[in-house]
Amino acid sequence: MADDPIISVRGLVTNLGGKLIHDHVDLDVRRGEVIAIVGGSGSGKSVLLRSIVGLMRPAAGAIHLFGEDVVSLNEAQMRSLQRRWGVLFQDGALFSSQTVAENIQVPLREFTDVPQELMNEIAALKLAMVGLAEDAAHKFPSELSGGMRKRASLARALVLDPEIVFLDEPTAGLDPIAAAAFDQLIASLQKSLGLTVFMVTHDLDTLNAICDRVAVLVNRKLKVGTIDEVRRDGDPWIQEYFSGPRGRAAMR
Amino acid sequence: MASPWFHLDRSGTVLRLSAGGPWTVYHAGAVDGALRQLKLDGAATVEIDAGAVDALDTTGAWLLLRTRAQFAAAGASVTAFTVPEGYLPLLKVIDSDAPPAPAAVVTHETLQAFLERLGRATHGALIQAVGILGYVGRITIEWFKTITAPARHFRFTATVHQIEEVGIDALPIVGLLMFLVGVVLAYQGADQLKRFGLDIFTVNALGIGVLRELGVLITAIIIAGRSGSAFTAQIGTMKVNEEIDAMQTMGLNVDDVLILPRVTGLVIALPFLTFYADIVALIGGAMMCYFDMGITFPMFIRQLHQAVNLDTFLVGMIKAPVFAYVIGMVGCFEGLNVERNAASVGRLTTRSVVESVFLVIVLDAGFSVMFSILGI
Repeated sequence: MADDPIISVRGLVTNLGGKLIHDHVDLDVRRGEVIAIVGGSGSGKSVLLRSIVGLMRPAAGAIHLFGEDVVSLNEAQMRSLQRRWGVLFQDGALFSSQTVAENIQVPLREFTDVPQELMNEIAALKLAMVGLAEDAAHKFPSELSGGMRKRASLARALVLDPEIVFLDEPTAGLDPIAAAAFDQLIASLQKSLGLTVFMVTHDLDTLNAICDRVAVLVNRKLKVGTIDEVRRDGDPWIQEYFSGPRGRAAMR
Repeated sequence: MASPWFHLDRSGTVLRLSAGGPWTVYHAGAVDGALRQLKLDGAATVEIDAGAVDALDTTGAWLLLRTRAQFAAAGASVTAFTVPEGYLPLLKVIDSDAPPAPAAVVTHETLQAFLERLGRATHGALIQAVGILGYVGRITIEWFKTITAPARHFRFTATVHQIEEVGIDALPIVGLLMFLVGVVLAYQGADQLKRFGLDIFTVNALGIGVLRELGVLITAIIIAGRSGSAFTAQIGTMKVNEEIDAMQTMGLNVDDVLILPRVTGLVIALPFLTFYADIVALIGGAMMCYFDMGITFPMFIRQLHQAVNLDTFLVGMIKAPVFAYVIGMVGCFEGLNVERNAASVGRLTTRSVVESVFLVIVLDAGFSVMFSILGI
């Protein structure tokens, strides 16, 4: 069981408005690894993430999470499966009408019978885990900086102790220092909580710092491997990506 | 499903707490209350043994650590603390990150908080009123500058486009609604006046009601909902998108490009719409008079001719450009107040409609007072 892939994608085909985005894509994600999806703008990275978490229906192919076929699950089964992963959207997607603490408590309120006092403690604990000061709890998302919003959103994604976290461009829009700190945060949480991390990113520094494997989406296909394996691929886009000026600087 | 458990053993001054089962967020509610109630009862040392726990997550770990801290705070020394080996890293993270005091969510409304909100709202309303007044004055001055200064040309094309959007495109909805208003007024008037045998005076009530008040008022309210909100949403979206800032850095005058064409277009379009609304409402009323009371169209016209004069019509029409100016101003003002987030577009669009409808009705009352003093 432990060796079974936690996420398994087989023959995924996605069609958006008559345009073929994924052409029989295969991907296996192992339990406890950090995998990053890279690719050019509009290549369908986020679409892949959205298909896996069930926000989009693929045209063909099978997606298994924890060994369950998410495409064919009914709503109740999907709900119980959804608690086992958390998603961090690009700009946090915190509910703007609620404070940070209330945002973090939303999954607790919906899915557990935890009393309010303990919910407050859990919110404070999660905030501390993602490195936010305690006074952030009573602020509204609009009062936070981009980096703080992402941390708060990560706290919300982690509140039910999921086994997988999906991150959509976790470092986009952050300054280099904040981005590096966020990378470290994800790495340390991943180690201590034993998370599987599936991220979509553009950030070469993130790839180098925390990713075990990389999946490159080029020409509607995925090429998966460690960074070194993928770099040796002859595809012109991959060469440009890893050996361009930014790529070389990040690899140094 | 299994549930978490714990029990206490007492031997001398040693209190031993054993715990087992799934200590996760889904089961935390079952033990949280009881854990909070735990008392030392004179024990000097405490041993916590969670070795039988078969599932532990951050919430469960927090409960164990909180209980340990609770005993320690009560004066006991916690000599042993065991969890299954696999959960040690997790426990270590929680232990190092554990916040000193839990953040409390404020749920109770105090009198002080209520007074504070009341004060803030009052202050906000005053600031808002001063803001709109200042804006109306500034745009009026800009408008005169634009048509007099040769360097700044008036945007004719944009203004015509606005007349189309707020005037011509609104004809169907205004027409339908005013027709129905005419029908309803005639029906209600006839219903009451029939009892006195004064059926024909339905025409007087309808003519005066529509021409003096209802034609312009209802049209203005429809346009506030339709075009005032659109102004706020359009300008607000441009504000969110930094388009307004881009215009300013390119040296474009935002008032000239965005505000004046909208306000001018509305001021030109609303009197025409009002005229149209008056006519359609009278047609609706005339039809109802015919079907309900058998008043033929020539009879209707003759009676209307006696009931109303030019002043009745003009009293209604003179309000139209004033209402239009206010609706346009409020719409643009709130649009420019939008902050750089999507939520504020929605909030200010709502506010824009509420404010312009409010101001239109207040102004209408003001006009009524003025006309009655003037004896018109």
